[in-house]
Amino acid sequence: MNLHQQSAHVLTQLLRKKEVSAVQITQAALARIHAVDGTPGQLDYGELTEEDRHKVHAFISVTAERALAQARAVDEQLAHGEDPGLLAGIPFTVKDIFAVKGTLTTAASRILANFTAPYSATAVERLEGAGGIMLGKVNLDEFTFGSSNESSAFQPSPRNPWLLERVPGGSSGGSTASVASGEAPLSLGTDTAGSIRQPAAFCGVVGMKPTYGRVSRYGLIAFGSSLDCPGPIARDTRDAAMMLQAMAGADRRDSTAALVDVPDYLAALERGVKGLRIGISPDYMRITFPSADGGYQQQPLPAEIAQAVEQAAEVLRSLGAEIIEDVPMPNTRYGIPAFFVISRVEAASNLHRFDGVKYGHRTSDPMMDLREQYKRTRNEGFGLQPKLRILMGMYVSAAQYSEQYYRRALQVRTLIRRDFEQAFDPNGPYRLDALLTPTTPTTAFKIGDVYGDSVLMQYADQLTVPANHAGVPGISLPAGLDADGAPIGIQLLGPDFSEATLLRIGRSYEMATADEAWRKVLTEIDR
Amino acid sequence: MSEKIDRATFDHLVELAALELEEDQAEYLRRELNKQLEAIAELSAIPILPDTDVSLHGVDYPQTISPPPREDVWIASDNADDILSQAPQTEGRFLVVPDIPHTRLDSENEEQEDA
Repeated sequence: MNLHQQSAHVLTQLLRKKEVSAVQITQAALARIHAVDGTPGQLDYGELTEEDRHKVHAFISVTAERALAQARAVDEQLAHGEDPGLLAGIPFTVKDIFAVKGTLTTAASRILANFTAPYSATAVERLEGAGGIMLGKVNLDEFTFGSSNESSAFQPSPRNPWLLERVPGGSSGGSTASVASGEAPLSLGTDTAGSIRQPAAFCGVVGMKPTYGRVSRYGLIAFGSSLDCPGPIARDTRDAAMMLQAMAGADRRDSTAALVDVPDYLAALERGVKGLRIGISPDYMRITFPSADGGYQQQPLPAEIAQAVEQAAEVLRSLGAEIIEDVPMPNTRYGIPAFFVISRVEAASNLHRFDGVKYGHRTSDPMMDLREQYKRTRNEGFGLQPKLRILMGMYVSAAQYSEQYYRRALQVRTLIRRDFEQAFDPNGPYRLDALLTPTTPTTAFKIGDVYGDSVLMQYADQLTVPANHAGVPGISLPAGLDADGAPIGIQLLGPDFSEATLLRIGRSYEMATADEAWRKVLTEIDR
Repeated sequence: MSEKIDRATFDHLVELAALELEEDQAEYLRRELNKQLEAIAELSAIPILPDTDVSLHGVDYPQTISPPPREDVWIASDNADDILSQAPQTEGRFLVVPDIPHTRLDSENEEQEDA
């Protein structure tokens, strides 16, 4: 039995039956990393070698000793008849945007390349507190700013385990690549515009953006503080439910972590979809892209993605759900323009703290004064994408433009929120329990095809970003492969704090399609 | 394509952002900024009633789910040394930085000697 292929759920059972130890599980994960990951991401990496092109490169740092020490502690607890927790002995990876005490915490940026976190993020603390074994920190787009992982200052950037010449998506691409390649059954990611769901779709894994405020942001290096959501990435919905269970809930160190009880996600999982109302919106079945003449054009979805959504609707209908067609979500298409404004204002503000004074990179050039030192340090430390976001944030929040841009974008955010409120209103015309949509406008694109065009890259998030504006939860589920063998993702969106329902619908879909041929196909890394 | 962000505006933004840029970076960033502004121009065409609320958060935060403010009490950090050890330059328990430039409020460009 290959331990690295097992789900978190199966591993906990094997562990509790004493058929395997936490140390053995951890060793199997580390061996898998050794076999498939290749050179970890690093600064100033030169040309890729031929071997590099055949590896996953999910990691920036593997913390093997730390992981084995945790595993030994779990084994000791079990030997003493204690319960180490829900995630006992389960390896997980952490997107390197979370502080983990004593580990390098880089945000995939040169400006934090030497930063060792003096404390741990709440989400990580809770996963470890539940017996989880952290294997290390995985790569991402620099400061999470991207949808492909190519902008990381730490190269080689992760590759898609399904098709190694393609991107894993982003920004949690290291997370989804590590889960899809069997390096870990679970990974902790973050989602600001789709950064969990989009790479989950590209890598054929499950990724959930919980409701804003469901999981504490304490210890998460901030991008857009009103949009960022930590969330689980797993190979199936049951594992995602376990992981969310372990980390959700209020936190005295994050005043936006809501005082809402955490339900038993696992208990709700098998209840089926009978009687649930699941909507489909034409506004999610067409996509917008910048056109060659500088304008924008709406296009139909690629046929294979549209079919995956329609087939999923049929499956859910056959299981007893009521499918409601033609749900209007007219403001969906404004998600990206509004995000261009709101996220940049928040990012510029959040990135001002990186100045070479208290931590992180400082220029080695002797400087006359502090102002010059800030500028030189920030120029050396930030890559192009953070610089672009800072400059945009400065512009759209400037006094003379903020009415035109920032205030207006926040009003558009209200309109997007109203679309969801109307769709989910229990007394309204649609009364949906969930909305079923595609996750992404395309499947994974080739490395190098989009990177550099900051507008086209942002449009990769067009079907995921509305949920971030509205704060509502969303989950991406694997739903097939396209003709090239690239994974297709479908998305479920629900009302605030309806994670249990989304997981339950996902579980029903998963069980009903468990025998489909595409689920048996191996990734390129395993072929 | 009309450029909303001309070179002078761009240079001002760079100053506000506390950055300094090499020429090839500046060229790329200014081009992308102008493209992004075109992408957000769509916002101005959306019919919005003037009294439409702004949303700073998607999720409502009624009192029932908002944690009350914490008590304003001092809690000693148990890892001050770890935190200080991250600083690029220290002297004892102080962070060291170069001279802080002083600017007269009534005359932005005139540097004031350290008092």
